[in-house]
Amino acid sequence: MSRVVVNARVVWALGMRSVRQTFRRPQLIAPIIVFPTLLLAIQTGGAGAAISLPGFPEVQSFLQFMLAGAMMQSLMLAGNSGGIALAVDIEMGFTDRLFSAPIPRFAIVLGRLAGTAALGLFAALWFLAIGLIFGAEIEGGVAGALVAILLVTAAAMAVGGLGAAIALRTGRASVVQGLFPLVFVIVFLSSAFFPQELMIEPAKTIAAYNPISFVVEGVREPIIAGIEADTTLYAVLTILGIVLVGLVLSSRALRHRLRVG
Amino acid sequence: MPAIVVNGLERAFGDVLAVQGIDLAVEEGEIYGFLGPNGAGKTTTVRMLTTLLLPTGGSATVAGHDVVAGARAVRASIGVALQEAALDPLMTGRELIRLQATLQGLPAAEGRRRADSLLERVDLADAAERRVGEYSGGMQRRLDLAAALVHEPRVLFLDEPTTGLDPVSRKTIWDEVRALNDGGTTVFLTTQYLEEADQLADQVGIIDSGRIVAEGTPDSLKAELGHPHIQLQLAEGSIAAAEEACRAIGRLLPPTDGRTVLVEAENGAADIPRAIRALDEVGIAVESLELVRPTLDDVFVARTGHRLEPEQEAGGEPVEA
Repeated sequence: MSRVVVNARVVWALGMRSVRQTFRRPQLIAPIIVFPTLLLAIQTGGAGAAISLPGFPEVQSFLQFMLAGAMMQSLMLAGNSGGIALAVDIEMGFTDRLFSAPIPRFAIVLGRLAGTAALGLFAALWFLAIGLIFGAEIEGGVAGALVAILLVTAAAMAVGGLGAAIALRTGRASVVQGLFPLVFVIVFLSSAFFPQELMIEPAKTIAAYNPISFVVEGVREPIIAGIEADTTLYAVLTILGIVLVGLVLSSRALRHRLRVG
Repeated sequence: MPAIVVNGLERAFGDVLAVQGIDLAVEEGEIYGFLGPNGAGKTTTVRMLTTLLLPTGGSATVAGHDVVAGARAVRASIGVALQEAALDPLMTGRELIRLQATLQGLPAAEGRRRADSLLERVDLADAAERRVGEYSGGMQRRLDLAAALVHEPRVLFLDEPTTGLDPVSRKTIWDEVRALNDGGTTVFLTTQYLEEADQLADQVGIIDSGRIVAEGTPDSLKAELGHPHIQLQLAEGSIAAAEEACRAIGRLLPPTDGRTVLVEAENGAADIPRAIRALDEVGIAVESLELVRPTLDDVFVARTGHRLEPEQEAGGEPVEA
């Protein structure tokens, strides 16, 4: 077998382990799926009239508008949970098993991210299914749904990279878990749950520069209006930026871990 | 060619030098017992030799590859079972072995075959589908050992493989280590158990405070001491007075508890009556006595001036060094 095939099998195996680990540990799956679903139900049930506000984007329903926000929250929490799981691996010594195997170090991080991406894919499908079941239309059709799914999957992987970097640097699950509230702050200070135009200062300005807003708009546009090239491009570039930051930080954290043991 | 060669290996953590320039060589097919108390530098050494930690000085080769420059080649040649069994409690035993086979680059079918065979070998076939979190400590160690063997490594590192295990599980691991070694695998074994090093190792290196203080076969190390000692358990009386009385017979060794005097017996059994008379003269009664041949613990005492941590001795009671 070529080295590429061997490494691909390692990434696949570690990704599958990561997914299994999430579904076998209820405390990991609950934040990723259950919380965002409950929040979606509460918000759409209680604040549906918001779509009548002047300046609110043209949407079929508040649920249709909110789907992207729910996916965003879910993928952010998936990234955080991936970081927690990696930190638990470090605490338990499981990463020693991986570091002492003849595989490239990047495959270890990539395996974890593959698992996080799979959870992002699951979240995208879950919320699209919920939307369709409760009457939300996907204006961009099948292609629009595919764009939303791909962006959510890629964004989950990108955010997972940041979680992995923090886990590798600190090696402590409690530290990564401590970022949990921060995820909510970052998501709420974006356009995930409310149109940026209707926010008040300083939230409006923060949301305008919050990278999460670019991703969420990229996911939302195909759902509420149809695929729009610029919005999609901004989302892709933002995701690539997060990936780059995650890669640099993870790589430095890996080197640090080898130095300190 | 030796399987492991270590030259002046050092590891500092800030200002603390955990491993202070050690040298050792382990021949192919040998079991090397690395003996020392907690914090002596055993695990730090193993982590450097298994490429999990970069040395801050010196050099080492494992299976002919440098642990820094040839780290990947080292990893392909070694099996590692660390002190804390590196297991995922949510995986099943079979999943873990198969994952390890994938990590070692084995084809899927071969990985499945070896997983079945290894699970059978360590007597975990019936528990293969259970999650590792449900395994006992002994089962987890056996699984960890099986995972370390999946690619049939040339050199096997076992970091305190039996610490905390019951005697039956310990013996199972010992039998497995002997069987592996009979098959030609070089084993580098760290332990705090004197008996383990004595029973298993062809060569023993004794490490204390980051330095190797003695090295050789268990028999040669014990023979260096030469003299046995008399172990006198007092029925009553002051231990200080008893030690004072025995001082004329031979060198006193550090006591193991508050009721026992250990005195070197240059003349072997002939010194026993002298010891009893000396204690009788100061009115101290002896409850029991035993002539004890030198052990690796005595070697350790002779080289370091103190004993291995007592709780590390199987079934031992805490004693002062």
